[in-house]
Amino acid sequence: MIWLYIALVFVVAAAAAWMFRFILVSALPRQGSLLMSSMPLTASFGLLMILCYVVLAVFSPVFAPYGEAEVFDKFNALPGDDPRFLLGTDQIGRDLLTRLIYGGRNTIGIAFVTTVLAFLLGAMMGFLAATVGGWLDQLLSRTVDALMAIPQLIFALLLITIFGQSTINMILVIAVLDSTRVFRLARAVAVNIVVMDYIEAAQLRGERLPYLIFREILPNATAPLIAEFGLRFCFVFLLIASLSFLGLGIQPPLADWGTMVRDLSQFINFASFDLLIASLPLMPAGAIALLTVSVNFVVDWMLHKSSGLKE
Amino acid sequence: MSLVAKRLALGAVTLFVVSLIIFGAVELLPGDFAEEILGQGATPEAVAAIRQELGLDRTPVTRYFDWLGSAVQGDFGVSFGNQRSVAEQLAPRFGNTLFLALVAACIAVPLALVIGVLAALYRNSIFDKVANMTTLTSISSPEFFVAYILILFLAVMNPVFPSLSNISSDLDFWTRLDRTMLPALTLTLVVTAHMMRMTRAAIINLLASPYIEMARLKGVSPARVIVRHALPNALAPIINVIALNLAYLITGVVVVEVVFVYPGVGQLFVDSVKIRDIPIVQACCLIFAATYILLNLTADVLSIITNPRLRHPK
Amino acid sequence: MTDQELLIKIRGLKIEGRSEDTWNEIVHGVDLDLHRGEVMGLIGESGAGKSTIGLAAMGFTRDGCRISDGTIEFDGIDLRNASAGVKRGLLGKRIAYVAQSAAASFNPAHRLIDQHTEAPMIHGVSSTKESQEDAMALYERLRLPDPENIGFRYPHQVSGGQLQRAMTAMAMSCRPDLIIFDEPTTALDVTTQIEVLAAIRDIVEQFNTAAIYITHDLAVVAQMADTIKVLLKGDEVEAADTRTMLSAPKEDYTKSLWAVRSFSPPPKPPVPSGETPVISVNNVSAAYGVVPVLFDVNFNIYRGRTVAVVGESGSGKSTTARCITGLLPPTKGQILADGEPLPANYRKRNREQLRQAQMIYQMADTALNPKVRISEIIGRPVQFYTGLTGNDRRKRVEALLEQIELDPADYYNRLPTELSGGQKQRIGIARALAAEPKFIICDEVTSALDQLVAEGILKLLDKLQRDLDLAYMFITHDLATVRSIADEVVVMKQGKVVEQGEKEQMFQPPHHPYTDLLLSSVPEMDPDWLTNLLKERGVENLGDAAAARI
Repeated sequence: MIWLYIALVFVVAAAAAWMFRFILVSALPRQGSLLMSSMPLTASFGLLMILCYVVLAVFSPVFAPYGEAEVFDKFNALPGDDPRFLLGTDQIGRDLLTRLIYGGRNTIGIAFVTTVLAFLLGAMMGFLAATVGGWLDQLLSRTVDALMAIPQLIFALLLITIFGQSTINMILVIAVLDSTRVFRLARAVAVNIVVMDYIEAAQLRGERLPYLIFREILPNATAPLIAEFGLRFCFVFLLIASLSFLGLGIQPPLADWGTMVRDLSQFINFASFDLLIASLPLMPAGAIALLTVSVNFVVDWMLHKSSGLKE
Repeated sequence: MSLVAKRLALGAVTLFVVSLIIFGAVELLPGDFAEEILGQGATPEAVAAIRQELGLDRTPVTRYFDWLGSAVQGDFGVSFGNQRSVAEQLAPRFGNTLFLALVAACIAVPLALVIGVLAALYRNSIFDKVANMTTLTSISSPEFFVAYILILFLAVMNPVFPSLSNISSDLDFWTRLDRTMLPALTLTLVVTAHMMRMTRAAIINLLASPYIEMARLKGVSPARVIVRHALPNALAPIINVIALNLAYLITGVVVVEVVFVYPGVGQLFVDSVKIRDIPIVQACCLIFAATYILLNLTADVLSIITNPRLRHPK
Repeated sequence: MTDQELLIKIRGLKIEGRSEDTWNEIVHGVDLDLHRGEVMGLIGESGAGKSTIGLAAMGFTRDGCRISDGTIEFDGIDLRNASAGVKRGLLGKRIAYVAQSAAASFNPAHRLIDQHTEAPMIHGVSSTKESQEDAMALYERLRLPDPENIGFRYPHQVSGGQLQRAMTAMAMSCRPDLIIFDEPTTALDVTTQIEVLAAIRDIVEQFNTAAIYITHDLAVVAQMADTIKVLLKGDEVEAADTRTMLSAPKEDYTKSLWAVRSFSPPPKPPVPSGETPVISVNNVSAAYGVVPVLFDVNFNIYRGRTVAVVGESGSGKSTTARCITGLLPPTKGQILADGEPLPANYRKRNREQLRQAQMIYQMADTALNPKVRISEIIGRPVQFYTGLTGNDRRKRVEALLEQIELDPADYYNRLPTELSGGQKQRIGIARALAAEPKFIICDEVTSALDQLVAEGILKLLDKLQRDLDLAYMFITHDLATVRSIADEVVVMKQGKVVEQGEKEQMFQPPHHPYTDLLLSSVPEMDPDWLTNLLKERGVENLGDAAAARI
């Protein structure tokens, strides 16, 4: 029975991915269409899902039946109790479907902002270290080594203890910690570019640092950096969800998926009576998983393409 | 051998720097520890008393070396929350966490290596593609999602294992194993995926070496190519993969312990963060970071030792 | 030789290679006959498919390649349809392979001798003990130093030239009927190459082994092969025995390959006395960190003239260039431009000083930013140094493109990835010219190019020199290039100048012993060259040279 469901979901997903790819291939101009036709179904599925999430996040107010923090007099309603609340309500009477949709918007939005911050900081420092070299490179690299010697979640928890639990603190803490990973990659990529003769030619011409970084290095680093952005986003997204799940991440009244999983977790024990109720905590958790899987599928394809592996 | 010594020295320096970071970070605390503890009812006298009691009136350098000195001897001070010794609270939990990690590692390591090597040998086959998709999915899922799925199927719908891990020291090994099984399986799923992908990449990289082609061109059978030509060179990368993933277990353990209410260091850590019980948070951080650093250190040292170029210097 | 028994018979061989998801044919129906004891040279430029064909003669294709058509027979056995087991029985035992990079092709985890005895052991040819003794005998025969013990070392403990000979010994371990040599000396310096070539030829003759010798170097193949097959882009151009091929090539392509070495521009007038050199290197010493790499180097370069700096890898020729450009400030000595001292570090030089000295690089692929269009690659230095913008800048770039013989209308907006190797090198030249310099450093500018293309570049450089009165410092290890383009020669070895002077005088004896070794080691087209050289040096002498190298 359960296998039948899984097979069904799999077939539907594959069909949707195939259709989406077909539409892309026929709608895009020649070059894009060529690129898309070589795309595996997994990547096409990932792209489709990312698109859905983005639409849902941007237009949350349109999709959500009620306001984000709107409280009703009916609390702890189960799905099916009240036709007004498709998925029921929580302890203080907020519609769960609404919370789920806004939760996506908040979790994705915050993760995105955090990743962008981490990238700006990490990539800038990484390029600088690679281009300038010498003591600056040593200083930055050794600092990053020290920061990376502590597991990220553990370090994040320590810093949150110190700076206090708030959404802004969490964003800053994770952005700084994650920028160490971006730094490593950006520096490694840039170091490989800096040894190229065209950089030497530009240096010998007398070009200044900004020209070197933005005009010579950056255009050659975009492909690996975009792929890395996908991976880092997944990581940050999962980290934020985990922190929220632990009660130390995104703070109420903002809705978010990690917190929802924790708040709804006891419903899992209802599984023998009603699968829909039991799956309440699984919905936000699954939504997190689905987005990260999708991004990973797309990144996997991009990495495979750019590496030019012939295997 | 001087390389090994160098790496060990670097490890010691790293440990020292990390302890400095963990201690120093607390110094960044806005305001004062003492005011923090007393909260609203802070009178100047009470604050002064607490400062005296915690030794906050001494310089940070003295306090750091005091703290580090006692920490090395296993004394992490006294908890703010319940005034009990930190070491006393940590000790049994550390054993529990270690047990959980060991069970997970015992399942994950052999499983990941076997699947990884198979996927590399039969790359681009259906098996490889399915393994690739499954592991990608499993890496992408948050630990708590995997955990609840397992609870749903293995505890609630088919009660095979208990969904809560009631561990105490008086349990016999099998009961304990039974109660640890679900958290261990959760960790296994996540870690196996990482480890399998890395193993696969390492083996594929290795099989592309010219000396493997040379062996084939000498008429060496496929089995012998693997055993005699690939394996001796694969040790270092595989050791690295294992150590990296065992280190990854550390992060995973925190969330998983919370889901299953498993009485380990991770759960204590999270609870202490919530009430800002700084001595415990520091101690947990130090333990996790030290384990992480030691694992990485072991991996590096082992891969130096297994590298023939370094083992037989010119 | 032709009446002997046929060992390899290939008919209509077609091979496809995969790029992205499509299969493209890279070898288009090649025939090949090889008799017992015959050595055939497969020669061609990169992309000619010579390695692919060589491997196919063993019934083997690399990942991403497949044989799509044709037959391959080895001694009557159909290799294309043979089972894996049958092929394994032949490989190593009756057909052996010597790879281009011995350093990468020996397994780092095992000792040389254990890898040597593996094939005899698995094929049941001889016991490990016998095969070890045989290995030592072969090592001795191949003039490896300390043949009793060298086999007990690990690959990384042995030098490149020695490894290449150890690999030849390994190929001989089962006394195969056929050995495929895949560019075995390409990665070696000329003086080391001689030893390996002599060793290979000697042992192949002794055991009457048939061989396919793959190389891109005509002079090398002339020494080694009985017959030569010329390949171009997966097709056979011409095949004949070596002497016929060298003396009377039939096809235009083959003739052009032979002709490359004949480019010799008219000599230039001597330097007027009292002229200030454009660049003068004065007592320059340099070090990487604490390791000294350059010792007291002195030479002058005058307007309109070319100084060739010659030496093997590690001789310090590129380091000298780095000192001149200011990338590596010398620890001692000075660089003078037009008689004025230049700041040691390029960061301290002003724009005018930087403009005067430009550089052209060896690898055109890494010398041009792949993401920047030609218009910007050349336009940026134009704007940077001359201040031209907008339409003026465009006109100047187009004029430069015409100067390097590329059509501006076609090339102005291209990316480097849309150019061939020779075109890229031309863009590199245009970028240097954009600065309107007096002096250009050419760092091995032709060594990564196929010979025909290289000749075009040399001609262009010569023409530009005469038109613009440029001074060149020409770094190279290829003496044929030196012969055609240099006015003066500086010979370097281990960071020191061993000899310098006018070209004519340098190519006339008497030489410094090292110059002599270098000059005499460059293979010549004459098929008797190696034989004569060995006679001249005395075989014992060669063995000593090998022993002295450890």
